[in-house]
Amino acid sequence: MGELVQLIVSGIATGAIYALAALGFTLLWQASGTINFAQGEFVTLPAFAMLLCIAAGAPLWLAFLITCAAAMVVLGWGFKRVIVDPLIRHGVIPLVIATLGLSIVLKTLVRAGYSAEAHQFASPFPAGQLSIAGVNVSYADIGTLFLAGVIVVGLQAFVTRTVTGRAMQAVAQNTDAARVLGIDVKRMVLYTFLINAVLAVIAALLVTPTYLAKFDMGDSIGQKAFFAAIIGGFNQTRGALVGGVLIGVLENVVGFYVSPAYKEGVALMLFLVVILFRPEGLLGKAEERKV
Amino acid sequence: MSPRAGTIALVAALGFVAFAAAYLKRSDVYLLTLYCVYLMATMGLNLTVGYAGQMSLGQAAFFGIGAYHAAILLKLGWPFFVVLPGAAVACFVVGLALGFPALRVQHHYLAFATLGFNVLVYLVMRNEEKITGGTYGISAIPRPTVLGFDLGGHLAYFYFTLASLVALGLLLWWLLRSPWGRAFAALRDNPIRAESLGVNITAYTLLAFAIGAACAGVGGVYFASLVEFIEPGPFHFSTSLTMLLAVIVGGSGRFFGPAIGTAIIVLLPELLRGSSAPWLKFMQTWYLAVFGVAVVALMVWLPGGLLSIPERFKRKGAAR
Repeated sequence: MGELVQLIVSGIATGAIYALAALGFTLLWQASGTINFAQGEFVTLPAFAMLLCIAAGAPLWLAFLITCAAAMVVLGWGFKRVIVDPLIRHGVIPLVIATLGLSIVLKTLVRAGYSAEAHQFASPFPAGQLSIAGVNVSYADIGTLFLAGVIVVGLQAFVTRTVTGRAMQAVAQNTDAARVLGIDVKRMVLYTFLINAVLAVIAALLVTPTYLAKFDMGDSIGQKAFFAAIIGGFNQTRGALVGGVLIGVLENVVGFYVSPAYKEGVALMLFLVVILFRPEGLLGKAEERKV
Repeated sequence: MSPRAGTIALVAALGFVAFAAAYLKRSDVYLLTLYCVYLMATMGLNLTVGYAGQMSLGQAAFFGIGAYHAAILLKLGWPFFVVLPGAAVACFVVGLALGFPALRVQHHYLAFATLGFNVLVYLVMRNEEKITGGTYGISAIPRPTVLGFDLGGHLAYFYFTLASLVALGLLLWWLLRSPWGRAFAALRDNPIRAESLGVNITAYTLLAFAIGAACAGVGGVYFASLVEFIEPGPFHFSTSLTMLLAVIVGGSGRFFGPAIGTAIIVLLPELLRGSSAPWLKFMQTWYLAVFGVAVVALMVWLPGGLLSIPERFKRKGAAR
């Protein structure tokens, strides 16, 4: 029993990281109709940026802040300006293809420009574990859960309680109506891209100590993000959270009780089952198709 | 170019390649055969992407299923012409089973489903050592003997593959010219209009996807016999991605688009590898990055792919 609880707790922690990546993914989709297939590489790149900063002598917190700033410029503003803006009016498919191309570019950039090896990455949390009633939980898991929780709650509060957040929601729900009401749509969309970039940096900070920094680390986390977003419901911010945690927990349980070799396949199976029985996702609302 | 001139040019080009192959180095013939094999898979993918307008990121998985299917059965001594349709049917059925849930929902869901499927297939290849040999793979895959001809030689096998590619090409050409194939184009160009005209979108898209998968299975069979040794590596998700981008770079929805795109991903890197000029050395390391940038640039400036360049010039001329 203690075993199962342990698996579930660490699964929730892993799932929370997936949820962060998925959250950015969903936000982009809601605000601008962008499906970002390079979402995984958006996590890889900050991981290596932080490594570079640390190699240059910066402490982890400074490396994190520098990377956040750089990510907002490059992965937020730059991505929107160079790739999304010119392509978005052509519809979903060209943008999907462009982001697929981008994912190859970023991967090769890291492999050829930095290294093809896996690199150690210092954890922001202390080592060791906490024992409560025979259940061992590592400090890293607790820290991850806490940090991810704070960010999700904070983001939710920002979106629902502040004027800017509400304006962003309005843009996501109905762009034209938002424009009529005098909301600066372009600026709100830009905010979403910036938030996505920061979420990716945080996901990188949390995931890299366990998964190591490697040029193709984004493959796995990107996939989990897509699946988490769809399982939870593409048009619901909370959905990303539910989907991420569900995948994280099931992966752990399947990896332990069934076979560690097929852990990576869990997300796909869950995805297929969900779209077969509830295509709009667990929390999502069905969308009308636009003619 | 008029259709007849086009046909003559194509036949002449094929004849020239077949003639020239006899004078090429062994490794070059191998490369050309590899090109034909990949082209089978990308032509199938073009059906899915270009004609049915769906994103598929799992073509390498079907390619791999065909290859492993062939490797296992050929080693058991099954005849080639039983193994080949077997691979096509197997991939077709798997394609239907995978496509059905995904296509019920939305466009881009097939991309996610096929991506996950590719990861899963790769895991099976790597982990089920009893069947697939795991990371050690399967070696000593025999080349077929057809109608008493031994195709063990590199040149003989090239001619056999080329002939099969042409046969597959003709089959797809006929399929696309049939009323049945025209429905594909109709649903790509305007799915809602096609639906209102009585085309069952889901059924047609699903079929296009499954036929595309079957083509990859056929390609996989020829691949296994060509390389004579297979392991999970070539069937990784990244191959699917390169195949998809090859179709798009060449010009998706154009019959000869994949021929151009596949040359860019199969032949061009090898040409670069053979050279020693410094900028080409640079290209070897950064080839994929340059390719990726080219894809992004292409989407921004030339969404129709390389084969749409002549049309674009024509249109500009007409506008003046």
